[in-house]
Amino acid sequence: MANKITLNMITQRSVEEGVAMEKGKTTPEYFEACSIIEMHDDDVKALGLVPNQLVRVTSECGSVVVKVVKGRQGLYPGLAFMPQGVWANQIVPPRTQATGEPQYSGFPVTVEPANGERRKSALELVQGAVGMWRGDQ
Amino acid sequence: MPKKIENVGCPYCGVCCDDLVVTVSDDGKKILEVENACAIGNQIFHHATGSERVTRPRLRQPDGTYKEISYDEAIDYAARVLYNAKKPLIYGFGSTNCEGMAAAAKVAEKAGAVLDNCASICHGSSFLAIFDNGYPSCTLGETKNRADVVVYWGANPAHAHPRHMSRYSIFPRGFFTGKGQKSRKIIVVDPRHTDTAQVADIYLQVKQGHDYELFNAFRTALRGHEIPEEVAGIKREKILEVAEIMKKARFGTIFYGMGLCHSDGRNHNVDIAISLTRDLNDYTKWTIMAMRGHYNIAGPGVVWSWQYGFPYCLDLTKDVAHMNPGETSSIDLAMRDEVDAFFNVATDAAAHFPIEAVKHLRKHPWITIDPNICMASEISDLHIPVGIVGVEVPGIVYRMDNVPIQYRKVIDPPEGVISDEELFERIYKRLCELEAEEAAKGKAKTTPVGVHAEE
Repeated sequence: MANKITLNMITQRSVEEGVAMEKGKTTPEYFEACSIIEMHDDDVKALGLVPNQLVRVTSECGSVVVKVVKGRQGLYPGLAFMPQGVWANQIVPPRTQATGEPQYSGFPVTVEPANGERRKSALELVQGAVGMWRGDQ
Repeated sequence: MPKKIENVGCPYCGVCCDDLVVTVSDDGKKILEVENACAIGNQIFHHATGSERVTRPRLRQPDGTYKEISYDEAIDYAARVLYNAKKPLIYGFGSTNCEGMAAAAKVAEKAGAVLDNCASICHGSSFLAIFDNGYPSCTLGETKNRADVVVYWGANPAHAHPRHMSRYSIFPRGFFTGKGQKSRKIIVVDPRHTDTAQVADIYLQVKQGHDYELFNAFRTALRGHEIPEEVAGIKREKILEVAEIMKKARFGTIFYGMGLCHSDGRNHNVDIAISLTRDLNDYTKWTIMAMRGHYNIAGPGVVWSWQYGFPYCLDLTKDVAHMNPGETSSIDLAMRDEVDAFFNVATDAAAHFPIEAVKHLRKHPWITIDPNICMASEISDLHIPVGIVGVEVPGIVYRMDNVPIQYRKVIDPPEGVISDEELFERIYKRLCELEAEEAAKGKAKTTPVGVHAEE
């Protein structure tokens, strides 16, 4: 049982994310649809986790706490998925290979159990990053 | 009596479904039912008349809260930000009509701004590849009526373009494809076994980031040369089998998405996909199509190409337009701190840009023009609400295959709320007034050579 593993992260769409986004980015639906990570069963086991536990995901440029979810769309071991949106973009590297397009898919992350930590809301993450977070209003 | 409105267009994804039926309450104010739309489209229409709509511009106060102001005040504020900025960036436009895009371009030109749209972080790679290699494409109707082989490469329409498969590519019975799905072979290439892969006849689980090698293997095999036993996680026999199916197709279409554009190689993944399509045309008829994201993200490409000759990343700071993604793209400009004001229009850069880029942009004035509360509106200095295109504002939108569709209006916007087009026309007028006021004062805006004002 490892306490940290390295995975290859892709961030893409999900229909739940699309529906929740159109309902509103400050809604509980958006929070549940996007603050998640999907991994292969082997990788979840390697971390000694079961679904619905929280993990800290860290890339070369950031870190975010999300929930491990058993996805319907199968991944191979070593590949991880997060729906596009506020949580994924806390860790997406802004490097563009001189094309204008950030590295939204195919960047290394480490995943570790997030003991005692909590998921932050979309507003807390974004406003917090730019120094505008005023606490729960 | 509630009123049924037919042939309504859906303002969500690039499929631009125009067969929605919307039932509106007898006072014309509430949307009661939406037929034919997918779950996402449905949500857009119901959300439009929700109680949480913002109906007046909101200006950030020193204590961090928002205060409602009039449209006139908001327009004056926005025009002054543009007038005072040395290099403002006006970004977004995935979700508005072409009329709004043309009006915004007029403002950008007057302000000497950088004008960019969501292609920059989406199918911009495709544009780069198209510049290099061409675009052997078709319209969606041709795929529906003719295609007997359909490839989804790095695209997941089941989640991103929910009615794409049922309207155009797999299930419909077309003129020469009367047996519908039975007359077509569906091939899906993706590192994940997606819900789209579920409906495929053949699924290739490519190793993430290795699509270029796989395209290379296909091109090599098609030319009759040897290929290795395994490429990008796919066995040789499988590659040869699929290459043979492609060669024997009567009419094929490759649909591709972010799997190519967002991974290592970016535009090169797309240009080799185009090369494969061109190669296949030595044997039979093949076409390729970018799975464009927003319902009118093809719009700015068309409108600005017509206005300036370039589809995105337009630097309008000089007398002639200049374009060089990597230099003039929103993310690259943000990361190098090269812009000093940001307009977020019909998009949500605060949610969908990498947070590092958001932090850079937020050092400067940030104005959001959007119907809804989103992350961008919540970190703005000024949020100006506008009517929702396709629901409250009619207009032209361009589908993923660049077919223009006239969207209808089904209800009135909340009282007093204006359209993007009207807003930009008024900002333009205010900019002209500011210029005239400055000229009347006799103070030239341009400083003498070799002298920089305020530095």
